Amino acid sequence: MSAHDHAEGHADVHGGAAHGSFRGYLTGFLLSVILTAIPFWLVMTGAIDDKQVAAIVIMAFAVVQIVVHMIFFLHMNTASEGGWSMLALIFTLILVVIVLTGSLWVMYHLNANMMPGLHDMREMP
Amino acid sequence: MASTAITAGTEPVFHLEEEHAHAEGGSTMLGFWLYLMSDCLIFAMLFAAYGVLGGNYAAGPAPKDLFDLDLVAVNTAMLLFSSITYGFAMLTMDKGRVAATQAWLAVTGLFGLAFLSIELYEFSHMIHEGATPQRSAFLSSFFTLVGTHGLHVTFGIVWLVTLMTQVARFGLIEANRRRLMCLSMFWHFLDVVWIGVFTFVYLMGMLR
Repeated sequence: MSAHDHAEGHADVHGGAAHGSFRGYLTGFLLSVILTAIPFWLVMTGAIDDKQVAAIVIMAFAVVQIVVHMIFFLHMNTASEGGWSMLALIFTLILVVIVLTGSLWVMYHLNANMMPGLHDMREMP
Repeated sequence: MASTAITAGTEPVFHLEEEHAHAEGGSTMLGFWLYLMSDCLIFAMLFAAYGVLGGNYAAGPAPKDLFDLDLVAVNTAMLLFSSITYGFAMLTMDKGRVAATQAWLAVTGLFGLAFLSIELYEFSHMIHEGATPQRSAFLSSFFTLVGTHGLHVTFGIVWLVTLMTQVARFGLIEANRRRLMCLSMFWHFLDVVWIGVFTFVYLMGMLR
């Protein structure tokens, strides 16, 4: 297979899908090592006393790391597949947010309101 | 004048423009991405179930009694290493070097196997201590979520071995390149899901 064939075949198969480079993979890897190590260290040593703050901080690290993986390993960008993969990703993210926040929110309030002894049922409408 | 006479005499012909031919596999990557997005929704449901049920211990063991963060950290490292080695496999594939690609794929598979072994060890340890899936709602949702991810990794390894056999037989032909790229997306996607698992299940579980 000549170099020309090679390049042409690629253009045909994945129109414009970005390719990784050694530099890109290494950057992604180093970033994700750092972004993994810090939250583990935070929880293992208990560096943040307030548990709620700690939870928010490690969630933030997870979100950043997911974005890093998307860019450097999954090669997401707005141009690949004519923007359709990005559109599918955004749609999925919206559904994921609705499912997660919706479930947690509804079930939290259900638990809070269904605690026995919390309400006098005769007073309920 | 002559030309107008000729065109006036013949019937005008209209062509339905035919859809131009698509290269074989031209839409595979997008299709596979859509599959991954639907897989992502499966995991979102399992995460939601864990988020709702994760606090219901039924007077049984809680995350603090069960999870060993050192083990989870090693497990996470295995999956991260396998991600970068799969990246190297893709880079050598782009250069058309069959032997190097096979070697990196094998290393990736070994890291995947290490991840699975550690996870199975963790599960068996938990079950040995009486923390079985039927013990509490927390454990049911935990085993479902983490087990589903482990099952994905298992199938990823099966797929990896299949593709290594394919490459050994037919070399880095266009179809094999496409398949390897699909598996690359699958493998990196599993790593992304694992970020959610170790953050949401293990680290937040220890904070609880």
